Amino acid sequence: MSESFYTAFYLIISGDPNLYEIILLSIKVSLASLLGSVIVGLPLGAFLATHRFRFRSILISVLNALMGMPPVVVGLIVYLYLSRTGPLGFLSLLYTPTAMIIAQMLLVIPIIAALSTQIIEDLHNEYRDLFYSLNVPTFKALIAYLVDARISLLTVVLAGFGRAISEVGAVSIVGGNIDHLTRVMTTAIALETSKGNLSLALALGFILLAVAVGVNLFATRAKYWAMDN
Amino acid sequence: MFKTNYSENRPPCELMPIKFCSVSFNKYGNCLIDKVSLTIESKGITILLGPNGAGKSILMRLMHGLELPSSGEVLFRGKNSNEAIRRKQAMVFQNAVLLRRTVIENLSFVANLLKDRKIRKLKELLEEVGLSEKQHLKARQLSGGEKQRLSLARALVLQPELLLLDEPTASLDPYSVQMIESLLIKLRKQNTKIIFITHDLNQALRLAEDIIFIHKGKLEAFQPVRAFFENPESKFAEAFIQGKLIF
Repeated sequence: MSESFYTAFYLIISGDPNLYEIILLSIKVSLASLLGSVIVGLPLGAFLATHRFRFRSILISVLNALMGMPPVVVGLIVYLYLSRTGPLGFLSLLYTPTAMIIAQMLLVIPIIAALSTQIIEDLHNEYRDLFYSLNVPTFKALIAYLVDARISLLTVVLAGFGRAISEVGAVSIVGGNIDHLTRVMTTAIALETSKGNLSLALALGFILLAVAVGVNLFATRAKYWAMDN
Repeated sequence: MFKTNYSENRPPCELMPIKFCSVSFNKYGNCLIDKVSLTIESKGITILLGPNGAGKSILMRLMHGLELPSSGEVLFRGKNSNEAIRRKQAMVFQNAVLLRRTVIENLSFVANLLKDRKIRKLKELLEEVGLSEKQHLKARQLSGGEKQRLSLARALVLQPELLLLDEPTASLDPYSVQMIESLLIKLRKQNTKIIFITHDLNQALRLAEDIIFIHKGKLEAFQPVRAFFENPESKFAEAFIQGKLIF
């Protein structure tokens, strides 16, 4: 076991190309899915927070429920759509990083939309009378909510990133864990552990843990920063 | 010293007279405003008085369009409220609502809505309310009195013809009260119509041209200030002036 730890640290310090290729792909896929999720999730959250319409509460409940959706189910759904016989099979996206990004987006969008709805709704309740009084146009009001809640929303975005980068079930199904193509940290850890190659699995585990801890530390710091301001 | 864009001979408020035509407002089955009919024609400052829960804030919100009457209508120079009419009004709320930004950014947010980016004017406005040295502080770091002065300054960026103030001096220190009162007196001279909610009878006596007294959502008295204090139209108003608990 101690030899595995030693080898793991050696792989990290020596800049093992195989290890860093996997790390880089993980970060690329997670950041891309996060960007897509923010583009869809934040405006959706802002809209739900500031508009009243029929079925709004049902839609919010569905979003809340989707936050806890099992990744393997998402992976299966995306697989069925992207497989050769599926409705989007002609795009030939299965077993590509794009498929992994789509699967991660489906997992992250509900988190960003649901949490930002709550944050922006609180701010909307505070600012509503003022904005009405000042005749603030709807679009400018939405921008103001996003700007003024930026620190709280940043923690939401970081939570979304945490979900994306630590995801294994869905990306494994739609990515296929193909070496040099769709192998990311989580799927590589699962594979290397099953093969008994604990040193590479441990090295990836340390990096993943470091990313998760780093993101959480940043989120906590951002929260206190927001409270101070 | 800051001067608003209003000249001394600015024409009187174009929204006058403000007429409440049998206005009622119900919420959760309770009648909060009960068939109030009145016409505000006076220039200067009209003070809304009444015990807690009388419906003063609701009446002001109805005037500003923040609430819609359950029945009756509020007319400004014979017209129902619309966006053009609301653009001539500004309201300062009882609890100062400030954007999570710096002091100067709270003003520039409103100035940008007006496509007016003359930053010097905003700084002069801050000087007028005694906040020029705190312009780069976060608005939420201000004291209660400073927050309320900033709210008033922000309302003045709009250059309103009708200024609605919901207890702007409640629980403020004498310096902040004095500063707000002097600003209101200056605005009154510049023909801004001001409607002001307060519980402070001395303040009402100092500032008001006329007094509206409401109790349990009903209009009990609407008189010039001297007449109100010397010979109130309502027994409730008389008891209120004497500091008695009224039911």
